[in-house]
Amino acid sequence: MRKGKIKIDFDRCKGCLLCIRECKVKEIKEGKKANKYGYLVPEFICSGNCNACTLCAIVCPEAAIEVYEIIEAKK
Amino acid sequence: MEEKKIYSRPKSLRDVTMSYCPGCGHSTVHKLIAEVVDELGIREKMVGVAPVGCAVFAYDFWDFDVTEAPHGRTPVVATAIKRVLPENIVFSYQGDGDLASIGMAETLHTANRGENITVIFINNANYGMTGGQLAPTTLIGQQTTTSPMGRDAANYGYPIKVAELLSQLEGVKYLERVKVTDAPSTIKAKKAIKKAFLNQINKVGYSFVEVLSSCPTNWGMEPTESNKWIDEKMQEYFPIGKIKDVEK
Amino acid sequence: MSVNTEKVFIKGNQAIVEAALDANCRFYAGYPITPQNEIPEMMSKRMRDAGGVFIQAESELISINLVLGAGVAGARAMTTSSSPGISLMQEGISYMAGCEIPGVIVNVQRGGPGLGNIAPSQSDYFQATKPGHGDYRMIVLAPHNIQEMYDFSFEAFDLADKYRNPVMILADGLLGQMMENIELKRGNKPKYPDKDKKWALTGAKGRHGQKILSLLMKPGGLEAHNFDLFEKYKNMEKDELRFEAFNINEKNEYLIVAFGTVARIAKGAVKKSQRNIGLIRPVTVWPFPYEEIKKAAKNVKKVFVFEMNMGQMLNDVKIAVEDSSKIEFYGRPGGGVPTSEELYSFINKVK
Repeated sequence: MRKGKIKIDFDRCKGCLLCIRECKVKEIKEGKKANKYGYLVPEFICSGNCNACTLCAIVCPEAAIEVYEIIEAKK
Repeated sequence: MEEKKIYSRPKSLRDVTMSYCPGCGHSTVHKLIAEVVDELGIREKMVGVAPVGCAVFAYDFWDFDVTEAPHGRTPVVATAIKRVLPENIVFSYQGDGDLASIGMAETLHTANRGENITVIFINNANYGMTGGQLAPTTLIGQQTTTSPMGRDAANYGYPIKVAELLSQLEGVKYLERVKVTDAPSTIKAKKAIKKAFLNQINKVGYSFVEVLSSCPTNWGMEPTESNKWIDEKMQEYFPIGKIKDVEK
Repeated sequence: MSVNTEKVFIKGNQAIVEAALDANCRFYAGYPITPQNEIPEMMSKRMRDAGGVFIQAESELISINLVLGAGVAGARAMTTSSSPGISLMQEGISYMAGCEIPGVIVNVQRGGPGLGNIAPSQSDYFQATKPGHGDYRMIVLAPHNIQEMYDFSFEAFDLADKYRNPVMILADGLLGQMMENIELKRGNKPKYPDKDKKWALTGAKGRHGQKILSLLMKPGGLEAHNFDLFEKYKNMEKDELRFEAFNINEKNEYLIVAFGTVARIAKGAVKKSQRNIGLIRPVTVWPFPYEEIKKAAKNVKKVFVFEMNMGQMLNDVKIAVEDSSKIEFYGRPGGGVPTSEELYSFINKVK
C-alpha cells in the first residue's frame, strides 16, 4: 500500500474543512490554531494511514495542500 | 526513505491568498485553470478576460496576462483579443450577472459567431460580489436579498439554463456542465476545462464550461453544506454532463 | 516609402475609411446607423482586403467593447456610429480612458434627443467634450470639410497611441454624406508606435503576467490615478490644441465662433458682409481655445455663436469671453441646417 503525508500551507488555508470531508482514511482533523486571517487550520494527524490519494489536495479550493509519497528505501 | 512531492500549487497560480470566501468555487476553478495551463504549457500564450463580480481581481491570482472588462462585455473583449492575436489562447471567465444577465446579448452573439475562445461560466445562483441578489440562475423558491420571499416565476421568471440555451447555435462546438463539490467531480471538471482549452488550441471552436459552484457566504451555509446543496438541489435543475460535443 | 498623394472625389464617410486604412488601422467594428452606414459597408470589403478584422457588431455596446479588446491586444482599432449609438458607447469609452487603452471613435451626428431624425446636427457637443462617467478627457477633432474628415481621422490614431487614450472625431450627417475633391496621402507613416506596445496583453512571454484595469480599490489608489491621468490631459491641452483664425485682425467689429459644418457656412456670411468680421473655428473642441477666443473677443462689439443645437459650445464661449453680455446665439436644432444668408441676416438684425 502507498504511504503518504500532506503539508497544509498555514497561511493559505481558509478553514473550509472540505479536506476533512474528503479524506477516506480520517487523517485530517479540525485544528485549534488560527492563522493570520483568523481561519482555524486543519491538522494532519499523521498516524500512518495516509495513502497519498491526493483527494484532499484536489478538493482544496486554495491549493493549500501539498502531498508527498513516502517511498521506502530498497533493502 | 524518500519523500516525493506528487501534488502542489500550480505555477500559474500566484503564491497569494485569493480574495474568495472559504469554500468558494471560484478558488477551486482558478486552481484548475492554472493546473491546465501548466500541463498544456500555454502560460506564455494565455490572455484572460476577468468579469465584474467576485472574480474582478482574477488578474492578481493567475500569473499570465489578464484584463478587466466592462460588466457583461467580457466575451466581446476576448473575441477582439483573439481576432487580433489568433495564436494566443484567450478565455472569458464570468459569473451569473456578467454572463447571463447584463451580458446575455454578448454571450449569445459571441457563441453564435462561433468565436474560437473558451468561456468558463461560474454558476452560483446569485450575485455574489454585490451581496447575494437574485441572478438569472437563482432557483424557484430560493431566497436572495432581492427575492426575500423566495423566487417566484410570476414576478421573476424562471432560472435560465445557459448551456442548454446555447446548444442550438451552430457556432457552438462544446458545452459541458460540471461541479466542484468533491474530489471526483473536481477531477471531471478539470477534464472539461482542459478539453475546452484544447478545443481552442486545435481550432475546433467555441467551447463553454458551466461550473455549479458554491457561494457559502450568500447562501448562508458552511462550505460542506453548500456543496451538499449543489449535489441535492442545484443539480436537480441544472443537470451535470455534456450538452454538446462536436469534433472538428 | 514616399508619400504619394492621390486626388479623389469622395464622400465624407468614405474619407474616414481611407484614412483609417492609411493609418494602419486593421480592426473595425460597427453597427449600422444612419447617416454613417457607408462606413461599415465599405469596411466590410476594404478592411478584409487589407487583411484586417471587420466585425459587424450586433450592437454599439458590442462595437465599442470590440475596439476596447483590440486596443488591449495592442491593435489600432476604430468604431463609428451616430448620436444614439454613441450614447451606448459611453461606458466603453470611459473604461478605455480609465484603463488607458487607445482607440478611435467617430460620431457622425444626427438630430436628437432620443431617436431624433437622420439629418445633420451638432447636438452631441456636450456628450463629446464633457464625456461619460468619471473624470476623464479625450481629444475631440471637429472636421469642417472632407479633406479634414480624411486628415483628422488619420491623425486620430497617432493621437490615440501617443496618449494611450480614446480620440473622437465629431462629424455630422452633412459631412458624412457630402462629396468633395480631396487628396489622400498614401504612404504617410504613422508618427507613433502602432505595434509592439509593451503594456499590451500579448501573452506573458519570458515575463510575469501583466494586467489592464481601471478598478483601484486601495485607499488613495484611484485618486492618485486620476491625478496621473490629468497630468496627461494637461499635456494634451498644451500640445494638441488646434483652431482656425479666419479673418482675425485688430479691426474686427464682430467675432463669430463656430465649429464643423456651421463654421464653413459662417465663413460664407463673413465673406458676404460689409463689416469686418473675424471667425474663430475650434478645430479641437477639446482642448478648447479659451484664450484665443478671449483675446479675439476683447475689442469686438458682439460675439456671435452659431451651432446646430440649442447652445452647447455657447457655454464654453461664455467661459472664454470676459463680457458675456456681448454674446448673441443662433442655433438650429433637430436636424436644421442654416444657410449663410440666414446667418448674415441674423448678424445684421442684431443692434
